[in-house]
Amino acid sequence: MEKEFIPRITSFVCKWCTYTGADLAGTSRLQYPTSIILLKVLCSSRIDPVFLIKSYLKGADGVLIGGCHPGDCHYETGNYHTRRRFKILTEIFSTLGLPKERLRLSWISASEGPKFAQVSNEFTDKIENLGPNNARENMFL
Amino acid sequence: MGKKNKSVLVVGAGIAGIQASLDLAEMGLNVHLVEESPTIGGRMPQLDKTFPTNDCSMCILSPKMSECARHPNITVHTMANIDSIEGDPGNFNCKIIEKAKFVDPDKCVACGLCEEKCPVKIDDEFDMKLRKRKAISRYFLQSIPSEYTIDQEHCLYLTKGVCKICEKVCEANAIKYDDVDKEIELNVGAVIMATGIDAFNPIGFGHFGYKRFKNVVTSLEYERMLSASGPLGGHVVRASDKKEPKSLAFIQCVGSRDDSIDKNYCSSACCMFAIKQSIISKEHIKDMDISIFNMDIRAFGKDFDKYYEKSKSTYDVQYIRSKVSDISELSNGNLRLKYVLENGEIRFKEFEMVVLSIGLEARKNMQDFAAKMDIKLNKYNFCRSDGFAPLQTSREGIYVCGGMNGPKDIPESVVAASGAVANSVKFLEVERQDIKEEGTNEKNVIGDRPRIGTFVCHCGINIAGVVDVKNVAEYAANLPNVEHSEDVMYACSQDFLDLIKDRIKEHDLNRVVVAACTPRTHEPLFRETIAEVGLNPYLFEMANIRDQCSWAHMNEPEKATEKSKDLVEMGVAKARDLSPLKRLPIDIGPGALVIGAGLSGMTAALAVAAAGQKVYIVEQEKKSGGNLRKIFFQPDGKDPQKLLQDTIKKIEEHENIHLFTNTVIDKIIGYVGNFNTSIQNLETKECTNISHGAVIVATGANEHKTKEYQYGKSTRVVTQVEFEQMLLNKDFPHGKFKNVVMIQCVGSREEGRMYCSRVCCTKAIKNGLELKKIRQNVNIFICHRDIRTYGFREQYYTDLRDKGSVFIRYSPENKPKVELLDSTDPDSKLNVSAFDPILDREIIIDADLVVLSTAIDALEENDILAKMLKVPLNADGMFLEAHVKLRPVDFATEGVFVCGLAHGPKDIDESIAQSKAAASRALTFLSKKAILAEGTITEVDISKCSGCAYCVDVCAYSALEIDPEKEVVVVNDALCKGCGACVASCRCGALDLRGFSNRQLHSVFDALELT
Repeated sequence: MEKEFIPRITSFVCKWCTYTGADLAGTSRLQYPTSIILLKVLCSSRIDPVFLIKSYLKGADGVLIGGCHPGDCHYETGNYHTRRRFKILTEIFSTLGLPKERLRLSWISASEGPKFAQVSNEFTDKIENLGPNNARENMFL
Repeated sequence: MGKKNKSVLVVGAGIAGIQASLDLAEMGLNVHLVEESPTIGGRMPQLDKTFPTNDCSMCILSPKMSECARHPNITVHTMANIDSIEGDPGNFNCKIIEKAKFVDPDKCVACGLCEEKCPVKIDDEFDMKLRKRKAISRYFLQSIPSEYTIDQEHCLYLTKGVCKICEKVCEANAIKYDDVDKEIELNVGAVIMATGIDAFNPIGFGHFGYKRFKNVVTSLEYERMLSASGPLGGHVVRASDKKEPKSLAFIQCVGSRDDSIDKNYCSSACCMFAIKQSIISKEHIKDMDISIFNMDIRAFGKDFDKYYEKSKSTYDVQYIRSKVSDISELSNGNLRLKYVLENGEIRFKEFEMVVLSIGLEARKNMQDFAAKMDIKLNKYNFCRSDGFAPLQTSREGIYVCGGMNGPKDIPESVVAASGAVANSVKFLEVERQDIKEEGTNEKNVIGDRPRIGTFVCHCGINIAGVVDVKNVAEYAANLPNVEHSEDVMYACSQDFLDLIKDRIKEHDLNRVVVAACTPRTHEPLFRETIAEVGLNPYLFEMANIRDQCSWAHMNEPEKATEKSKDLVEMGVAKARDLSPLKRLPIDIGPGALVIGAGLSGMTAALAVAAAGQKVYIVEQEKKSGGNLRKIFFQPDGKDPQKLLQDTIKKIEEHENIHLFTNTVIDKIIGYVGNFNTSIQNLETKECTNISHGAVIVATGANEHKTKEYQYGKSTRVVTQVEFEQMLLNKDFPHGKFKNVVMIQCVGSREEGRMYCSRVCCTKAIKNGLELKKIRQNVNIFICHRDIRTYGFREQYYTDLRDKGSVFIRYSPENKPKVELLDSTDPDSKLNVSAFDPILDREIIIDADLVVLSTAIDALEENDILAKMLKVPLNADGMFLEAHVKLRPVDFATEGVFVCGLAHGPKDIDESIAQSKAAASRALTFLSKKAILAEGTITEVDISKCSGCAYCVDVCAYSALEIDPEKEVVVVNDALCKGCGACVASCRCGALDLRGFSNRQLHSVFDALELT
């Protein structure tokens, strides 16, 4: 029998909104899959595209970026940079032979515990459907 | 007024006393905190969880307890009572009696050997007598101070002169049988009282069978049963047969809202307490049937109604409107409840266990205490305070907070505590303090091989109930560079904090990883702890295995354990690369900006100005006063308009307060201590720039404009605010009238506004009472969903009922209907039809006037302001505080505070308390010349920088500039906030973020075993 596929999703989240939202999901006992592994940064704008590419090379099946809603950034404009970088990155991903579907950006505020759980569930389902990441074989570098 | 004094006395070390002490200490004042019991903490440590977030009570409290114990400006006197207060405000002479502890606190290491060997077992009050403790003991596991004490009444040696076992086993020679009571004299400028509340003892209620029937317990006993550190280890079983109960009944208002026992007040917290306990019970025992027998459900606080609704929809808790008249015990230990429904029908139902939701009452010894302190009490023996001066006792210079002057929940107690501090400031010497230098005794670890200590927390069963904590700790022990790994019951307890310091010394650790809860609440505590033994505070990392593992994956223990290992491994990987960071001082400029000149804004401004600070108030309306301008009566007979005029006068006369009316905020830039705001006058278009150190948001809220119930179509349908104006003018349209119908919850507690507007029940009743004064014969009908006259407001509800007014409960599915008798004539009389559950049939009222209790709406402008200030709003558009329980007026963003209706619906007294609290919190910053910034900022490796200046454009704080000579970028450390946007934008790899460096983050990846 084939081994059960449990996706691994590295999630880069900002300290002020999404990390706090994830805490709220926890305190509210909202359940989401263990596939979601959180990596805290101070602001989503800290997320260097290199981190994301490295995640794929390390075998992550999906990457989730979480930040404050546009306009709510604790650092004024950080999430706008994230948004732009994300847009460009999805293009680059295609060039590298990576499905951009494995990349997701979500704005999740400190009060949106339910949204954090929902996004985690949805994205895990999606990655499950896409199957394991075989980036290392397909990636054109 | 007496001379200015730098010392304050705080009496009672529950959460209110702790908060008051911390605020005062942060303002640079010397605090003497006097507590009767052997530990600080009060009631909160006894609670398992807190509503409405289900936060672990001890977890959120313990950082504050430790902070209080560690603070250099706070002296804690436990087992101490205040004997007398002589003198005047500014110069009180207080006598304190510190009881003999019979254990030398300087020698005791809290090893627990004495307790183990002590032969005397007595009932443990902390565990509601569900467990035994010894005659030598400490109050609870996380007690602060952690030293043991001997119970003089029960110790064999102290009572009968035999035993002395503890002395024999104590290796520290800490036992001191000849210890005596000590008398301490203090001179203080002000006194803050926070002696707390007692729980009602239902022993006198024979019909509920408390203490006769084994399976009837009080809500506090049940709370201990639910607690992981409680007598049952969090595994709820009933006393008769040690089986898990499959059905549970809560009986509300036991000892509350009951005139027959002289308790005609609502205890305010018990409804939410029962809802919380039912949700937690369902988490323990999934198939449990839970019913809450109640008269009204009073979920009136912020986000309480959502919690109430969740208990129904997600947890299937049943709410039965009834009065329980009798309980009988069956042979199998089950209990048979006899109860009367609203329509008079008598029913019976069997339950396996019953919880009595006991009320809150004044402390037992209040009358003696009040006589000693020379303060007055109300008729229920609570400390008496005034509706417009809710934190003041009858004696000048002595202030009150917490449950001492009426039932309160935790955030209200915290608000009152900070508020009381603001009141006391006028008798105290608050000076702008200099900063203390940091890191002078720091151990240099640069170049040393990482030696990491890993500690995995059980958090009672919060983590260990799901995650195999021992397994995780063992796993961590085998990771590279981990020199020591262990699992601990409560990582945040004082014991553990001491242990962590011992381990650092013992194993020469130079990095520490704690796998426990969220760094948001606990990181500062652990950082300070390692700093105490000479480690740089940044050599610390946390893995959040509670919020992200045990709570989020409750049903997948194995996977949760695996994930915990991953998180710990990632933490260890990051720790390996951590380097010491220095925190730079940020200058704090004086002065505050208050946004909104309603009652809250003006009260906050006065309180900040009382400490000698400049205050700028900005108000967009032409006149100050806000919603208070529309309030003319108070149920206690006080005059709101006099309060308004007095407050306006004080604002006008105060030399340090500048009020800008008809003015809006154009832009706020800067950060704590260094805000710069430009404001614009709406008429003259003139702009002014203001520099200030703090911001207080007091923008208020609006009355909801409804389209329901013919409002706008009939001249006979008005809102409560409009009705109050009519009452003032004694001018009612359409002349004579006989029947007035009030409809509650118009817009509140339903889709789109799933919150209680809190003030409307009391407002409707107040207006009803006013109407009865003018027109005695008018019939008043109040259609409501629950009457939420919490606290002492219950009296007014009783008064209006006694005057013959009719209360008709409606359900949201079957709202009352209002129809015009002649639909073409807006002046025509109205027909109100509603289903009356008491009569059990539809009734039709021929109404002359319909008064709508419309909801309180958040301001639409909140959104813009929230964005300017970088602070969040909740789903209802109200400002979201940093922590709903313990930081009720703060934001996560330093230097910004909230009060009044902008935070959520509240009454006049509550707005006053909260605005004073916001002022006090602001003063904790404004009373300093500088604070220390975070060490996590950007650094440049100039050898790699090409001077492209991409980062300069990215930085939102103008913290980066190009050095024109060297053509490389330079970071302004004081301006950098550490977001890291520049680092990710750097094409040369010249920039890096301290504490979140490229190398550290790559190490974290490498630790993640992804394939």
